[in-house]
Amino acid sequence: MVRLPYVTALTTLFSYGLLFAFGQLRDFFRKIIDWFKSTSKDLKGYAPICLGLEDFYTRRLYLRIQDCFSRPIASAPDAWFDVVERYSKDNNKTLHRTSKTSKCLNLGSYNYLGFAAADEYCTPRVIESLKKYSPSTCSIRVDGGTTDLHTELEFLVARFVGKPAAITFGMGYVTNSAIIPVLIGKGGLIISDSLNHNSIVNGARGSGAAVRVFQHNNAPHLEEVLREQIAEGQPRTHRPWKKIIVIVEGIYSMEGELCQLPEIIAVCKKYKVYTYLDEAHSIGAVGKSGKGVCELLGVDPADVDIMMGTFTKSFGSCGGYIAASKEIVQYLKHACPAQLYATSMSPPAVQQVISALKVILGEDGSSRGAQKLAQIRENSNFFRSELKKMGFEVLGDNDSPVMPIMLYNPAKIPAFSRDCLKQNVAVVTVAFPATPLLLARARICISAAHSREDLLKGLEVISKVGDLVGIKYFPAEPPKHGHQAHKKVD
Amino acid sequence: MIPSHLKSSVGDSKEDAGFSAFGLGLELERRGALESLKVEVMASAIVNATTAVVEWASMAFDAPFADAVVFGVHVDGHLVVEVLLIAVILFQLTRKSYKPPKKPLSEKEIDDLCEEWVPEPLHPPITEEMKVEPPTLESAAGPHTVIDGKEVVNFASSNYLGLIGNETIIDSCVASLEKYGVGSCGPRGFYGTIDVHLDCEKRIAKFMGTPDSILYSYGISTIFSVIPAFCKKGDIIVVDEGVHWGVQNGLYLSRSNVVYFKHNDMASLESTLEKLAHGNKQAEKVRRYIVVEALYQNSGQIAPLNDIVRLKEKYRFRIILEESHSFGVLGNTGRGLAELYGVPIEKIDIITAGMGNALATDGGFCTGNARVVDHQRLSSSGYVFSASLPPYLASAAVAAVNYLEDNPSVLMTLRRNIHLLWEGLSDVPGLMIVSDPLSPIVFLKLKNSTGSLKNDLELLNKIAERVLKEDSVFIVSTKRSVLDKCRLPVGIRVFVSAGHTESDIKKVSESLRRVATENL
Repeated sequence: MVRLPYVTALTTLFSYGLLFAFGQLRDFFRKIIDWFKSTSKDLKGYAPICLGLEDFYTRRLYLRIQDCFSRPIASAPDAWFDVVERYSKDNNKTLHRTSKTSKCLNLGSYNYLGFAAADEYCTPRVIESLKKYSPSTCSIRVDGGTTDLHTELEFLVARFVGKPAAITFGMGYVTNSAIIPVLIGKGGLIISDSLNHNSIVNGARGSGAAVRVFQHNNAPHLEEVLREQIAEGQPRTHRPWKKIIVIVEGIYSMEGELCQLPEIIAVCKKYKVYTYLDEAHSIGAVGKSGKGVCELLGVDPADVDIMMGTFTKSFGSCGGYIAASKEIVQYLKHACPAQLYATSMSPPAVQQVISALKVILGEDGSSRGAQKLAQIRENSNFFRSELKKMGFEVLGDNDSPVMPIMLYNPAKIPAFSRDCLKQNVAVVTVAFPATPLLLARARICISAAHSREDLLKGLEVISKVGDLVGIKYFPAEPPKHGHQAHKKVD
Repeated sequence: MIPSHLKSSVGDSKEDAGFSAFGLGLELERRGALESLKVEVMASAIVNATTAVVEWASMAFDAPFADAVVFGVHVDGHLVVEVLLIAVILFQLTRKSYKPPKKPLSEKEIDDLCEEWVPEPLHPPITEEMKVEPPTLESAAGPHTVIDGKEVVNFASSNYLGLIGNETIIDSCVASLEKYGVGSCGPRGFYGTIDVHLDCEKRIAKFMGTPDSILYSYGISTIFSVIPAFCKKGDIIVVDEGVHWGVQNGLYLSRSNVVYFKHNDMASLESTLEKLAHGNKQAEKVRRYIVVEALYQNSGQIAPLNDIVRLKEKYRFRIILEESHSFGVLGNTGRGLAELYGVPIEKIDIITAGMGNALATDGGFCTGNARVVDHQRLSSSGYVFSASLPPYLASAAVAAVNYLEDNPSVLMTLRRNIHLLWEGLSDVPGLMIVSDPLSPIVFLKLKNSTGSLKNDLELLNKIAERVLKEDSVFIVSTKRSVLDKCRLPVGIRVFVSAGHTESDIKKVSESLRRVATENL
């Protein structure tokens, strides 16, 4: 839970107000200057792509700090990578690449198990499959896009997750957007967590079903909403809902929190609604053997109707999957638009996931998988506890590799980001509209590829920059030995 | 003093009483003598009673207070009655109308409703056709591939330039894999931008002749992210009815007003634009778009770009051109539909394409003027909220574009193959070619449709299966999802590649002719 201090809230609001006022002033002058210059004849009669305030945020707020986002890199997104330096001649409006790079510690990429760079087991096999199958099949899955690699992957994913069958897609975002409309349509109800990802929101909107939101991670509120909705029925006609699906995520990427899965599943079973679990960030990263939040929280996978996940984060590849009962998967293979109209997943990417899964399951003949899983758990817990000791406000639960550090004020966002980069640590800062307006944060993603020295260096730099920028909102815990020594002196 | 109107009424009532008794008497005479006597007695008693009451009433009204004068107004008795009546009416009007009381549902009732509610299952009953698995390839999807251990000629992959298996492309991919790994592990905004992405964007922009371009990580997500980024609620979109599902989904997500025109029919487009131009007064704030595909997947037709550009300039619309199947295929050097028709590229506002076809890689791109591309970097959901394209696919795209620019003769080979196939399939019984002669998707539809989509598809699937089993030629029929709104006829799609040889083309024409003769 975010504990926003009163004074900070006031100063944040004041900062945004000031930025807004300045933005409006500059817009006003821009309008006057443009009035003198005539608009070109070609654009007459066409409405502009963005009117007035539609892109106000982009032009006046985002462009000021544009250099903190979209930083290009010139190497694999491993524990250390090369960030390309950019410069701007017109006050951040356009950025130009240079050929210089600086080696920085990577605390921003989703590389939970360290498969991002060339791996000793995976990469040779991927190159082999590339030579055999080419980078693409140029065909949809249902035509000529299914290779034996795809079939093998689906079996392996189903076995890993603990469901009878699975189906894979070439992109995680499309998985959500194309599956939800197939499962539910007009006359159905989708109840989704208030902090769900944009792909789920798009899928829910595209399905035509009614959408209701329940408070983030709040099972009693979910129960209240369910009771009300089942009793009321569809709006205006009061006919009963055809079906109800509750959509939650395993780890919420902006909060670092785990889902309260056992309570939510209990509520859903009681009211006969279907559950859809999006494990984009949690599959492979949490749980004793990497099987996700179900393993971590002790939930039987058979209780969740549909489990979705992506291969981008923990497996270092691309694509997504859905694991469910055999019948549902058969139906999806026949009806899902992403299977019928989209190019199938690239074969080398498929091989990467197969190899990564084999490493995690220990079937490659070594214990690297278990080592990686233990490493990421240790790294996350260590980093989080150290940050909390330093006095930062860190969100999220233990064991989750995602930890947001609260910044709040808009000016601290570029300050934190640029100062960290100067000291060769690359962090990700997130502001509106991905988070609520007042709650800007820096998000750290820990990887199994980080060694203890990397983490200590990261902590040192963040602590220094944190002091400089002023984001240590809580009192720091004094180190234990120092305290005792002080007592002794007394 | 009795007032005149009351007097007459009293008198009337006396007479009335008399008349009614008389009528009663007459009536009862019919019934019998004894009874009539009794009744007569009763009747006279009633008459006496009524007279007595009326006399008393008139006496009451004669009473002195009936002549009271209040505030100088002469108050008569009848006025009191009237005032009382008005008071009663006003009293009733002030009462609320009767509504049955509203009781909210009690907890027990909600419990009962929840118990009773039975949801539908998540999936409809599984039919036989749903259990059919597509054939599994055991090698690359080039012009010749291996299915179930047998080598077949592959006409099911949209590998138009024959780039699957090309050594240069594979080498650049291997170099990329060794340097960057497979995935990019992050969205474009958070360290997912790798220098190969930026190089790829520049290369494509240079090839197309536009200032800039933007890369998406999946072919189909390109169009359904671009449309909602530009079209918002209240905008007007005119779109061809034969567009594929990706476009339809983008239109639905954009929540704009969508108007369809007949498939590839310019007269229909013009009349639709005319209607919209007249109906709309608020022209300045509303953005208007025409969305067409350059080469339609659902029919193989090519959109007449010069007509569309002429109409767009006349009615002030912007064009969104979907070039997934025409990029790298149409035009002398493969630059797409604009080059084919000789239209300057600046006149087309937004061009999108998936790279999973001619370029034999994955992902998609969108290109246009600088404003169009910049806008998408922050407001296109498939770009902002999704991981970026794997770097090896971006380097494959660069290598493919380089190859195309260096070897434009591959387009001649492709065109020759299409021409050969047309000749071979011109006399197949029961099937007719409906695609454009320049289109590498040769679309065959049934000459006599059975009337239902399902039966047509069954028939076509049977033909495709037999062709694969008996002649080792891999062809496919159209696939339609339940969510697809397109109503164009289904058919068999033969994807021609520049990598096919003459014998391959002869084989497929002969095989189709033989199977079609037997089945149709």
